[in-house]
Amino acid sequence: MKFSESWLRSWINPAVDSNTLAENLTSLGLEVDDLESARPAFENVVVGKITSVAPHPDADRLRVCEVDAGEGETVQVVCGAPNAREGLVTAFARVGGRLPDGTRLKKAKLRGVESFGMLCSGAELGLAEDKSGIMELADDAPAGTDLSLWLDLDDTVIDVDLTPDRADCLSIRGLARDLSALHDLPLTGRDIEAVDAVIADVHPVELDAESACARFTGRVIRGVNMQAPVPTTITERLRRADVRSISPGVDVTNYIMLELGQPMHAFDLDKLRGTVRARLAHAGERLVLLDGREVELDDSTTVIADDSGAIAIAGVMGGASTAIDENTSNVFLEAALFLPEELIGKPRRYGCHTESSHRFERGVDPAGQREALEAATALLISMTGGHAGPVTEVVLDDRLPQRPTVTLRAARLARVLGVAVPDEDTARILARLGIACEPVDGGWKVTPPSHRWDLAIEEDYIEEVGRVRGFDSLPRTLPTLQPDFRAAPESRIPELAIKRLLAHRGYQEVITYSFVDGARQELLRPDLDALVLPNPISSELGVMRTSLIGGLIDSWQRNASRQQESVRLFETGLRFLPVIADEHLDPRHGDDIQIDDSVCQQTLLAGLIAGRRRAESWNSDNEPVDFFDIKADVEALFAQAAGVSVSFEVAAHPMLHPGQSASLLVDGVRVGYVGAVNPGLHEPLDLPGQAYVFELSMAAVNTSAVPVTAPISRFPYVRRDLALLVDEGVSHDDILASVNNAAPAGLQGARVFDIYRGKGLPDGKKSVALSLILQDISRTLVESDVDEAVSAIVGGLSRDHDARIRD
Amino acid sequence: MFDLLNLDALVDDARSRVEQAQSLDALESARVALLGKKGTLTTALKAVGSLPREEKPAAGQAVNRAKQAVQGLLDDRRVQLDSARLAEQLASDAVDVTLPGAPPRAGGLHPITLTIERISSLFAQIGFETVMGPEIEDDHHNFEALNFPPDHPARQMHDTFWFDANRLLRTHTSSVQIRHMRNNQPPLRIIAPGRVYRCDSDMTHSPMFHQIEGLLVDRNVGLTDLMGHLEGFLKRFFDQDDCDIRFRPSYFPFTEPSAEVDIRIGGGAWMEVLGSGIVHPNVFKAVGIDNEEWTGYAFGLGVERLAMLRYGVTDLRQFFDNDLRFLSQFHASGAGA
Repeated sequence: MKFSESWLRSWINPAVDSNTLAENLTSLGLEVDDLESARPAFENVVVGKITSVAPHPDADRLRVCEVDAGEGETVQVVCGAPNAREGLVTAFARVGGRLPDGTRLKKAKLRGVESFGMLCSGAELGLAEDKSGIMELADDAPAGTDLSLWLDLDDTVIDVDLTPDRADCLSIRGLARDLSALHDLPLTGRDIEAVDAVIADVHPVELDAESACARFTGRVIRGVNMQAPVPTTITERLRRADVRSISPGVDVTNYIMLELGQPMHAFDLDKLRGTVRARLAHAGERLVLLDGREVELDDSTTVIADDSGAIAIAGVMGGASTAIDENTSNVFLEAALFLPEELIGKPRRYGCHTESSHRFERGVDPAGQREALEAATALLISMTGGHAGPVTEVVLDDRLPQRPTVTLRAARLARVLGVAVPDEDTARILARLGIACEPVDGGWKVTPPSHRWDLAIEEDYIEEVGRVRGFDSLPRTLPTLQPDFRAAPESRIPELAIKRLLAHRGYQEVITYSFVDGARQELLRPDLDALVLPNPISSELGVMRTSLIGGLIDSWQRNASRQQESVRLFETGLRFLPVIADEHLDPRHGDDIQIDDSVCQQTLLAGLIAGRRRAESWNSDNEPVDFFDIKADVEALFAQAAGVSVSFEVAAHPMLHPGQSASLLVDGVRVGYVGAVNPGLHEPLDLPGQAYVFELSMAAVNTSAVPVTAPISRFPYVRRDLALLVDEGVSHDDILASVNNAAPAGLQGARVFDIYRGKGLPDGKKSVALSLILQDISRTLVESDVDEAVSAIVGGLSRDHDARIRD
Repeated sequence: MFDLLNLDALVDDARSRVEQAQSLDALESARVALLGKKGTLTTALKAVGSLPREEKPAAGQAVNRAKQAVQGLLDDRRVQLDSARLAEQLASDAVDVTLPGAPPRAGGLHPITLTIERISSLFAQIGFETVMGPEIEDDHHNFEALNFPPDHPARQMHDTFWFDANRLLRTHTSSVQIRHMRNNQPPLRIIAPGRVYRCDSDMTHSPMFHQIEGLLVDRNVGLTDLMGHLEGFLKRFFDQDDCDIRFRPSYFPFTEPSAEVDIRIGGGAWMEVLGSGIVHPNVFKAVGIDNEEWTGYAFGLGVERLAMLRYGVTDLRQFFDNDLRFLSQFHASGAGA
């Protein structure tokens, strides 16, 4: 909310400068966002009075004015404004002066007639939006007076950013009240006096019990002139509050709302049809609003209606059919109380958040309507003339909000703030805030003033005392806490250790959005449904991710497009499944917290590698990465998770190359997969090359066995190498399983160290070189031990896989 | 008769042979020719045996001296040749030490991860445990239990991604407070880092960003304690004793009193970094903690905001663009180490 500092100071004027005043507001929790000068950057502009107007000899649209600028002799000025007329008091920029847009004024000739300066519009001076004519100042403005002085432009515009609980500060008076407590000064704002009725006219008003309206005050004013000028003191205060001056009727309601916090509405009395009633709208009822839009109302919305139907959405916006205009001569002024709990959410529903709805949604003073109506009546009549009728006030007493009385305990105050406050300080602060305060044993019974909707419980009052004293005046302490050890399971591998392992293996961590492009995700995981966001930022961020691979591919593509083709990337985070099934990665694996059964949230770890195996260098080759590079990284993750036994199984996966991919199994559960991105996806996804990916449940690699050491043999080991001839279809794991199955005592390890295909071998066969390590814990193995072991292993291989020893 | 002059000649001959040996192999041949079984000095020694008894001692000593002299020549020459060979090998082994080593594997952690780790480890110093929570939340945990009544204007400060009337993408990590307090008994000290979501995207807003929620519940915790802890945290996070920290009253539905925290480093502008406050009685009520027995503070901080201030990042969107040229600038960071 923006407002004029001088307006605020007319209500309370502490002896501090503008910056300190702003700091005061901020320290009260009324955060000042910005301070700026109210004065547009013009120079040497004064009040000028047009003493005569003559036609321009050579231009129909121009006129030659004589202007009294307070210098004794009048000055000749050529002007094109349609409202230039004899006797008009306006803004005059002298020769040598400057306009906010930087224009310097010089003596000029306009179509042959000399002109010494310029008569200015509000727009040209940065004071209004109106470009249609030159400014119209009050007739009594003395010619020659500096315009800045006359308009009191030596002022600051303060912009406060109010929190939603402080609706009472959405006005000059509200801000002044808080400053009054801070500075312990009384308010100096104007007294608002009742305007006596001079006519008897009243307009009937009724309130339906279920409507949002608890109090309605209204009054007829006849004989107003809506074409009367609005004084610049008013338009300037409105301008500094970012409110455009429109007409006396609209300006008055805005002005009173800004000053007192009570939104108001002015109806054209002659357009009203019968009793004005606050009622719930009929479902489907239609209303054309002031801004020209037609809305369809629902039956939970309160409207102001007359016999013709709805004429305003209560507290939100008036309707077009009863709006005042420049021809209005009789008005019905309204100041009502609409209850926040009834109004809340309505502005959003109808897409019209207004200054009025903003205040009503947060709560206006339930006792402030009559006062505002009186103030508005007086102001309106002072501009437009007219005769006021008596105030009509309809109240539903049982709907008026009650202000609860609670006990504020001094001891509780000290405990919550952390420091004791002298009782007399507490009482003084509460009193200045208008809080009724009755001393009781150990504290006070406190009741908030009607304008404070936010004071309900003891803690609310504790905050009041704290903030008026100033949080920054309180000491900063350290609490006394009981130090204790927390459970630290050694078998749990911290996520950071897992991330660091990948980083040390050359992976860069990325963080991508949890919502992704549904169409692209569908290409990667056509087998999974995704959770759709009903209100996405854009369609490219329209569904929740079912896999982290998509984000990695996007990051790779973006880097490749910036000449970074070789990447190793990983990400951790949740994926989201609305149907809790995934045949490639068990969604139930892990211990993530679930909100219910409607969606599965699972922490995954995924990686992508592409491009060169090593950075280009004088001492490295040019090899691209392959399946076994990424498999080694996955194996490293499982190696860290000692005690977790993983197997790699052939399994078709829609995203992966069927011949270069494997499913990861732990205890028979599919915990992830690794492989080459299916080349069939290169074109549809526009991939920059061949990438290899893995994705697995974080829970598969974040537990480890606590080491239990075994004795080390003091005796030498024996190594035997075998060359086995087997069918192509026999896998490495088949061979090792067979070896381990035969596993004679003393077998410490078996490793395939070469694979040979081709010349000298029958078709469909391969030669596998296998080394066996044998060792005993208590003695040196002798030849016969070794022969026996090898023979058992060879026997097993022969039986299981028809393997033969090559000569 | 034994001829001493002849021995001298033998030694002279040996010297010249040894000196002419240009390699260890040649030196070995010389040694064999001199001291081997049929070597000249071995032969001379054998000749001593045939001398008359009274000449033997003198002759024997003379030959032994000659033999020692030759051995000395051989040893010296071996040392010379050894060091020459080593020098040659060293010369031929020399490399350009300015060539780079094997190409590094250029990996690292994301700056958001590093920042979260730095913050977590600071709070771990005073006993805060890190806990996690779900990102798709329900209205109850994200709003209702945190004292946001339905349709309350405070909800409008959170542009929320709703899936339906109940489920949403959490708008803050404060929801984790509720889950933790439900399942654990005070005293409590936790921080909860993670992704949060707001339906808002422009230069300074990302629809997804990271927060860290902090919660401390104990028997006697007041606003001044909150201020003391957060001041200490910010000074340590920014490695700065010389900074101003300001607490201003604010409003969050789930704390009362509430304070926003601003920091000013080196006399610059105030920058808002944290929201905080004393846990609202309605929140304790929602999770079944006795408001008279326990008090607590809570705070929430924006990780991106702190990372931007700390590392001079000017564009929020860089955190999610994942350009390796940006991310690799954090490889040298000690944060989270």
